[in-house]
Amino acid sequence: MNATNQCAEMELLIQADIDGELRAAEAVSITAHRATCAHCEQTYRQLMDLKQSLRNELERHTASADFRALLQRKIAAETKAATPVKSNPVIKLPNKANTWYKRSISTFGAGAALAAGLAFFIVSPAQEPLLDAVVAEHIRSLQPGHLLDVESNDQHNVKPWFDGRLDFAPPVRNFSAQGFPLAGGRLDYLNGREVAALVYLRGKHSINLFVWPEAAEKSTLSASEFQVRNGYNSYRWHQSGMAMWIVSDLNQSELSDFVKLWDSTKL
Amino acid sequence: MIELGESASFETVALLHLDAAYNLARWLMRDSSAAEDVVQEAMLRALKYFSTFKGTNARAWILQIVRNVAYKNLRSTQEIKTVSIDSEPDENAESIPPEALIDPSDDPIATLIKQRERGYLTALLNRLPTDLRECLVLRELEDLSYNEIAEIANIPLGTVMSRLWRARRLLIEAVQQEAR
Ligand SMILES: [Zn+2]
Repeated sequence: MNATNQCAEMELLIQADIDGELRAAEAVSITAHRATCAHCEQTYRQLMDLKQSLRNELERHTASADFRALLQRKIAAETKAATPVKSNPVIKLPNKANTWYKRSISTFGAGAALAAGLAFFIVSPAQEPLLDAVVAEHIRSLQPGHLLDVESNDQHNVKPWFDGRLDFAPPVRNFSAQGFPLAGGRLDYLNGREVAALVYLRGKHSINLFVWPEAAEKSTLSASEFQVRNGYNSYRWHQSGMAMWIVSDLNQSELSDFVKLWDSTKL
Repeated sequence: MIELGESASFETVALLHLDAAYNLARWLMRDSSAAEDVVQEAMLRALKYFSTFKGTNARAWILQIVRNVAYKNLRSTQEIKTVSIDSEPDENAESIPPEALIDPSDDPIATLIKQRERGYLTALLNRLPTDLRECLVLRELEDLSYNEIAEIANIPLGTVMSRLWRARRLLIEAVQQEAR
């Protein structure tokens, strides 16, 4: 790969860096590249400059007191008119425990509510049943008690657990040292067959990795790329006769690191 | 994010996020009374569906409804404009930068902006296509993450990144080419 291509690929990473979307290790590698590349250094400076200027000069508009009062009256009137018997509709707000999985589910809840209420002016992305199923399994797994059938951060405990439960041996690796500790595994059902689900943790995020055997040539998986469904990132690839599919609310750049770890692992 | 205890009424949630809702609507509509119309319609719509809302990110949920109402209203006013003789700049056209023949300035962007009149950057942002302006406002004024923007605008994360990138490049190029 020549320098120009590398720099072109670097653009969105530099932007993610100034937006605070990179974790420390990646930010460090961007800084290192900038030190040796005038082009990327200039890109960084320009973006940083613009960000500061936008934040200093643009107005964050606020609702006027009159409008606020008007809206309050309208809401009160509508609430009375709509629900004479029931009390005001309420939502559950996060309590301290278990917030991490509730947060993950929240994006799904919002999407579902909108789909019900606002379907007529939302353009929905092209449907892909298997992606829907994978994301649905991920969301289901986040409910209490559903995440793990076997809980262990030791691949030598998790791997044998699948023996006799599946008609194939899924690759199990622990990437604790690289910041993606294995949490355990579970049996799941996808694409008309039993599959292995491996669960990895990254901070407060969990990653489900679904694995099942599939010959590369008859793979139904399309080209490897990130897809987003209901706020979850998903990525799939093919490795040593296995279909591998990850789903998580973790950001794409950290998920890419996770994929690279697998990519560099001989199965 | 919200510290209100176990549950909250719609009124509490709506008023908590009213400024965020108004700011987004104001930047999308570029007009204060059009923005108030959008926020009012969005809030009453949100109230209607609030009992089915099971999530915890109420701000993103409300902003999602605000942007959908705003786009609906923008589309309907555009239809009116196409039949009038009025020549408003086309929302979808990237109106900056005009193909200028002058060399772009090498001075730092912040310096170039400081040399301009007050409100210059606001005017530039208002010339951006709506979808690009939206991403930049959500990122820089509402401090939302890429994931939240993706959810609000109903677009993939990669599209959030490329829209932000295009928005910023267009602004930077405009600042450089219009430097005096
Ligand atoms: Zn470079």
